[in-house]
Parts: sequence; structure tokens; C-alpha cells
Amino acid sequence: MKAPARGAVTGVAIGVDVGSTSCKAVLVDGAGRIVGRRLEPAHPRVEEQTGRLVAALVAEAGVEVPVGATGYGRKRVAAARVLTEITCHARGAHALHGGGGLLVDMGGQDTKVIAIGPAGDVTDFAMNDKCAAGTGRFLEVILARLQVPLDEVAGYAARAGAPVTVSSTCTVFAESEVISLVAEGRPAEGIVRGLHLALASRVAALARGRPGTGPVLLSGGVALNAAMVTALAEALGRPVRVLPEPQLVGALGAALSVLERIP
Amino acid sequence: MLRRARYELAGRAAFPILTALEAWQHRLKRSRKQPGGGPFGPPLESVRRLKELMAHHYFQGRYADGAVPVAWVTSGFPVEVLRALGFHTVYPENHAALCGVQRLTPEYSDVAEAAGYSRDLCSYVRTDLGSVLSSKTPVGRLPRPQLLACCTNICQTVLYWYRELSRHLGVPLVLVDTPFVHGTASAHQLAYVKEQLEELCLVAGRVSGKPLDAERLVEVTRTAREGSRLWGECLAASRARPAPWTGIDGFFHIAPIVALRGTEACNGYYRLLRDELEDRVARGVGGLKEEKHRLLWDNLPVWFAVRRFSTLLAERGFNFVSTSYTDAWAEAGVGIDPDDPIGSAARTYTHVILNQDLPNRLDILRRLSRDYAVDGAILHSDRSCKPYSIGQVDLRERLAAELGIRVLLLEADHNDPRSWAAEPGENRLAAFMEGFE
Ligand code: SF4
Repeated sequence: MKAPARGAVTGVAIGVDVGSTSCKAVLVDGAGRIVGRRLEPAHPRVEEQTGRLVAALVAEAGVEVPVGATGYGRKRVAAARVLTEITCHARGAHALHGGGGLLVDMGGQDTKVIAIGPAGDVTDFAMNDKCAAGTGRFLEVILARLQVPLDEVAGYAARAGAPVTVSSTCTVFAESEVISLVAEGRPAEGIVRGLHLALASRVAALARGRPGTGPVLLSGGVALNAAMVTALAEALGRPVRVLPEPQLVGALGAALSVLERIP
Repeated sequence: MLRRARYELAGRAAFPILTALEAWQHRLKRSRKQPGGGPFGPPLESVRRLKELMAHHYFQGRYADGAVPVAWVTSGFPVEVLRALGFHTVYPENHAALCGVQRLTPEYSDVAEAAGYSRDLCSYVRTDLGSVLSSKTPVGRLPRPQLLACCTNICQTVLYWYRELSRHLGVPLVLVDTPFVHGTASAHQLAYVKEQLEELCLVAGRVSGKPLDAERLVEVTRTAREGSRLWGECLAASRARPAPWTGIDGFFHIAPIVALRGTEACNGYYRLLRDELEDRVARGVGGLKEEKHRLLWDNLPVWFAVRRFSTLLAERGFNFVSTSYTDAWAEAGVGIDPDDPIGSAARTYTHVILNQDLPNRLDILRRLSRDYAVDGAILHSDRSCKPYSIGQVDLRERLAAELGIRVLLLEADHNDPRSWAAEPGENRLAAFMEGFE
């Protein structure tokens, strides 16, 4: 089957992205722009939460609109089309960027590297190992341990002198390693920077062999962390473009995918 | 004498009664099922015969020790010598796979781990050692060996595994050490292997209580080669569109060529299967009702999730039409030569896929991709089987670039469900499939 033409959206639609950490829903207009949005921490009762978010967006739209769903909880959403977050992130990023390229999505539970073709199709992808190391959750755990508030992370990393190496690749073990580094009197700034560099180099390893020269696109909650953006650009040796509303890229893709199906 | 009679009787009389009973239960179950459901084509008729054949093998095995000489053997071992000496052979890998399908590995592995074996060991090893240490097995009983026969052409792990078996069971171990091949094996490497095979003939002959009969070896070698050929013909049927069976069927049908290679029973079965497959090709009957995409699989199957995988794939019209794993058994065996049983065995068994360098592996994958006209490939990165999984990142890149096909690297384990993250794993599979649509 050929990939359907993108950008030919003709109506409004809702996209829902049920992730491991947060649940996102967007309403898009006929031009594929996000005109309504909801973002909440993920609730274990997926049906209930997504039902509520969708109802709120339907109320904004004023009419019933088709729903597309993605993310780990996608199968439990009442939706017209259900696709993996890999496909949806590609669709969303393609629409926002206006073309193909290499996308890094750093979410709560996994990190994906997705090569997007000129038509918005996935030409190739790779994901982190079946473990939370290298993801948003990893950063969250360690930063909480260091008592560094998320909005001060970038400042910490920028102030750091030499990075302190955190060698463990397991979130649980890395946490105890950080505790001993702090006990040894290592500066929190250096540890924060070291963590970001370690994470970025892991992403760069995933991106290995995926060609391209333009900016690497970045989506997912971690994209809001400026220290990570800097570390990534350094590790990849390429500029990084943070997509607008990076947490909503998957939901946007889900909404767009449902529109592709409407003749 | 009495034991021998019981062994023969177990095969000839008791077993047919059991299989008749099973067949009857099977028919009953089938008649209750809804017709026409699911994405698969009509089931293979031969499957029932396969179950009979393998159940017969394991059933007869229960009475083998004391009746005939028994050897436990690695899958890549030059078994023709043992066959010619009348050994009943048990393949711990095949037995472990059986345990894997039934999801018994965590239980058995716990036993092995409690005895001090590392979780990082191959899950076949942990399954087998756990089974030996706890005397648990889904096949009733495994006959005790008088000889352990190990060939390092699949990995080095087997050497340490069989040494442990030798220690626990108190039986001798014969080793055939095959140097790793870069390009083609050199003359001195082959001479080294051949020498070991000659020694094997003497040692195994001593254990069996009779010397090796050269004519019998020629005969067995001929039978084994024929078996590999027949297996190859079964696999080659999938070059047709649609493929007459699924790759997952192939995984299960590999049992005879692994465990019964060199026997008429094995060949008889594959003749039957080949004829059925060729008939299905002629009638356009596929393994799937609708074959949309053709895939290649590299590495061992994920035994505990084989059915789940095949259903997920089949529901969207994907079929494995070729696998490097099943192909290995067709490819290697045809090289053995009845005119030179020992020399040709040295060459053949040294050149199996896992004993060869990466360029050779790439060649094989490339060739299979082309011969079977696949649109994509899944490389199973097997946590347990390091020799099979090493280099797959490069293989993936080369295959994708050279053949322009989609290639997925899927991390799992062939036997241990604890090393498989079902949710993210199936998600990857789904995303891979969406890429074709
Ligand atoms: S490591 Fe691989 S080749 Fe060796 S026994 Fe395990 S599965 Fe077989």
C-alpha cells in the first residue's frame, strides 16, 4: 500500500496519546493546527480519563469528531483509528516541521529515534532497550534524589565545570551511585551535567547509522529540558530543533492519521 | 535383553495406542471449534504425524537406557557416527525448546540459578541444568546418557554446559572442537577436526560396546544427507506466492532434522510434508488466508511466544517465508558425502552458520532475502544466544541499505520470558508492520 498523501486534512479531529507518564489529547482544525489541548498525568483508568478528555474537546469543537489514539494505552481508547506512537510521532513531527527528517522522542518510559520520509512515513526506527535508563523517568528519579527542581536543571548544567561520570546504566543502581557521589562531596552541578551527557550519548548511539544532515527534531516531555537539548546537540554533532508543544506531537499525529482516512 | 524388548515394544505397541487416543481427542476438540476463523490457511495435515513422530521419540526414550546405548548430543554434533553405532540420542536443546514452548523455563531456571548458575547463561543451558537437577521434564522421563557428545560449532557455551552435565551425571564427554571460520576453513583446521572425528569413532564405539561398522556409517550418512535435502525442499516450497505454510510452522517442523537426523523416520516424515506442501503450492493454498507481506527471520525463535507472534503478524497479512535458523539445517547437511563420511563431516560441521564470520552470515541473509523475495526482515536479538546475535546491528544496516527492505531488530530471548518485555516488544512489532501499510 502506498502511504496516503499528508496535509490533505479536511475536517476536525481529536488525537489521544496515552503515555506511561502523561495522557495527552488535542483537537485539530481543518488545516491540521492544534486548536484545543489537554495534558494530565496518566491515570490507571484509561477509559475514564480519555473519555473525559475527549468529551471536553468535543465540547470545544461543538460537534462530534473522529478520534485517533496512540500510546501504550491506545487499545483502551474508543477511537476510529489506533496506531503506535512511532507512526504517530512521525506524522505529527512531519506536519510541524513541514517535511521529513530524524526525530528523537524522549518520553517518560522510552526514547525513540525515528527516521521520517518525505511523505511523513516511518522509514526506520530504533528504541532504547527494555529498561528505563535513557528516558525521562531516569532523569526524574535522579534529579529528585539530588533535589534539583526541574525548572532549574538547565542552570545547574550550565554552571557545572567538568561533568561527573555516572557509570551505571540502570535507574535503580544509578540512583544509589548518585547518592554515593553526593556523599563524596561531588558537586550536584557536575552530576547533573554528567547525567545529561550520558543520556545524550545513549541517544546518539541509537541514532547511529541513521543518515541526514539537517537539524534533528526533538519531541516528548524531555524536550522541555534545555540542558538535554544542549547535551543532545553536542552528542549528535548536529543542531537540535525542539518541536512546538513537544509533548503533544504524538497526539497531533493520531489526530492527523484519523483525518487521512476520511475521504 | 528384556530391556531391549521393552524399548522396542514401547515404540511399536504402547505408543501407537497413545497416539490413537490423542488423535481421537484432537478430532473431538476440532469438531467443537468454529470453522473458518482466524487469519491462517487450512492447517497442515502432516502436523499430526509430526506430533506422533516426536512423541514416539520421547516415549521410546523413556525405556532406552539399559536397552540401547544413549548419548546426549548438541544440535550441531556430527551425529552420523553415533547413529551408526545404534545410539539413542537425546538433544537437550530440543528438549529445552519443548520446555520453552510450555513456558517451563522460569521454573527450571530458578533451580539452576539456586544451584549457582548465572542468569546470564543461555536459557537452554539453564532450562536443561534445572531439568537435570530437579528431575522435572514435560516428556515423562529422559533416559540417562552413557556418553555426552558436544561440538563447539554452535557456541563455546555448550562446552561448559556439557562439562557440567558430565560432572553431575558422572559420564564421559567427547568433544569435537571446531575452529571458528573466517572465509573458508583451512586444510589444517579441517585436519584437526577430522582427527577428532576419528577419535570419536573409537571412543563412542567403546561406550556402545561394539566397533563402528564402516558400511553402516556410509548408509547413515546417505540417509542424513537425504534428510537435509528433503528438509531443504520443504523450505523451498515457500518461494511460491503465497507460501504454503508459515515460518512458525517451520520452527516446529525442524524437530526431526535436529533430533532424528540420519534416520528413515525423519526422511519419511519430510517426504510426506514436502508432498503436502507442493500440493498446496499447486492448489494455491497458503499458510495465511491472505499473504500481503513476506518476511525473513534471523536467529532462534522466541519459543514461549511463537504462537503469539505468528498471530500478531498473520492478522495483518505478514508471514515469515524464510528463516536463517531453519535454513541452517538444510544448508549444512547436504555437504556430507557417503563416499567420505569422516572427511566430509569435518568440512560440513565446521562450516555451519554460527561457526562462520559476519560476511558469511550477511551472504546467507542476502541470499535468503532474494530467493524468497522478502519485503522485510526481523532480526531477533537473542539475549541468550550471543554468537547468533553479535553483529546484528551491522547486518541490519547492510541488509536495509543493500536490499532496500525494512529491517527490525527485536530484543527478546528464545526461552526465558523474563527477558522479554511483552508490551514494548509487541509495540515495536506493531510499529514495524504499520510501516508497510
Ligand atoms: S548460546 Fe546459542 S548456540 Fe549456544 S546453546 Fe545457547 S542457543 Fe544454542
